[in-house]
Amino acid sequence: MSVLSVKHLLGIKYLNEKDIQLIFETADQFKEVINRSIKKVPSLRDITIANIFFENSTRTKLSFELAEKRLSADVINFSASQSSVKKGETLIDTVNNILSMKVDMVVMRHPNPGAGIFLAKHVKAAIINAGDGAHEHPTQALLDSYSIREKLGDVAGKKVVIVGDILHSRVALSNIFALKLQGAEVKVCGPKTLIPKYIETLGVGVEPNLQKALEWCDVANMLRVQNERMDISYFPSTREYTQQFGINRHILDSLQKEIVIMHPGPINRGVEITSDVADSSQSIILHQVENGVAIRMAVIYLLASQIK
Amino acid sequence: MLVAQTMSQKVLLSSKEIHIILHRLACQLLENHLDFSNTVLIGIQPRGSFLANRLAKILKEEYKVREIKLGLLDITFFRDDFRRSDKPLEASTTNIDFLVEGKNVVLIDDVLYTGRSIRAALTAIQSFGRPQEIELLTLIDRRFSRHLPIQPNYRGRQVDAINEEKVKVMWEENEGKDGVYLVNK
Repeated sequence: MSVLSVKHLLGIKYLNEKDIQLIFETADQFKEVINRSIKKVPSLRDITIANIFFENSTRTKLSFELAEKRLSADVINFSASQSSVKKGETLIDTVNNILSMKVDMVVMRHPNPGAGIFLAKHVKAAIINAGDGAHEHPTQALLDSYSIREKLGDVAGKKVVIVGDILHSRVALSNIFALKLQGAEVKVCGPKTLIPKYIETLGVGVEPNLQKALEWCDVANMLRVQNERMDISYFPSTREYTQQFGINRHILDSLQKEIVIMHPGPINRGVEITSDVADSSQSIILHQVENGVAIRMAVIYLLASQIK
Repeated sequence: MLVAQTMSQKVLLSSKEIHIILHRLACQLLENHLDFSNTVLIGIQPRGSFLANRLAKILKEEYKVREIKLGLLDITFFRDDFRRSDKPLEASTTNIDFLVEGKNVVLIDDVLYTGRSIRAALTAIQSFGRPQEIELLTLIDRRFSRHLPIQPNYRGRQVDAINEEKVKVMWEENEGKDGVYLVNK
């Protein structure tokens, strides 16, 4: 099998295990490509891709744009803050206007959960979800699993704890789907107010104590405290959050083993993770960023191959 | 009996003939490149890698060439039939840990058919520098089937085959036995 089972990447939920393996195997080849002195291949020179971002992003947007350019696709960028969306245009109208300029693929980030799914039903283009509200962020989960696979050899059987704001996190949800699909064990850890009520139904455990969670795991994925998504106070103060759920050298040294530290970025240094941990050899944060380009190249390449 | 007829398979080269041809090709390479100090061999993935490895082995073990630079090049992302072919394109590994800048490159593949793979390889190899010169070595050269003006510098055997036929090259290290067959598609 060397074709994805889907025509769009809307969420990990819609993928199967073979899809993930195919994406990883393709990303292996692209990782070699982006480490050459000439980092570009001509595969997608007749494909045009629109990056439509209704929400701020630095890393994801740059990573997608770089992936598209490394594949020789034509790229147009669009941010909602400088567009007719402000004048009252609907999402379908905005996208259809862009598509009538002969665009083959849309990479979209949107604050509303399900925006990508809605779009895929109504427009004729391959859609890649680059984050839809608190729903999914599939490419981030893929690059996280890919980075674990690179560091530890395999994802199956590994114990991963996701720490922080699980409630608002699309990264957490996509990661849970991806990790479970590949046979990893997952626990979440964070303030009770930020753990969704029925999270166990996804097959993950809840461990409210960070020390215990870290003693259990092979990999800790530290999420950012998303202040912009919090309409009410979920914990008394940032300082208290850091004391209970922040990771530092002291905690890591108290463990009997060396665990892998991940973070989807952007880091709030000194809040969920201290600088000495973020910059240590246990942290694979910058590898995640590098792998992000290879993973996105693989996803775009595989989806583009289905555009006729 | 019926099965044998529909799956008809003709032997083009036996393992003994392949053995002789590989040694002849190795000698021809030696004649042009002597000590291989400025020459690199590039096997085109996936099927050209077996031939490239075999030639490198013969040159080293039987003709005492001290060092041979051997790389494997995957051309999947450089093909011109992306989205045009019904068959999904599967990528293999590229493994070239040197630059080809200023080098004499010998591209190696098992069968030369339309020439499109070689066209892609000529583009792909540029990612590793600007070679001084590029040559082409193929075990089988299918005549009258080229889509592009590409010819080999070294050829094992020239073959006439119609488009409905496929030339299948088998290698001991992969299929258990050396042999070249003409198969009805």
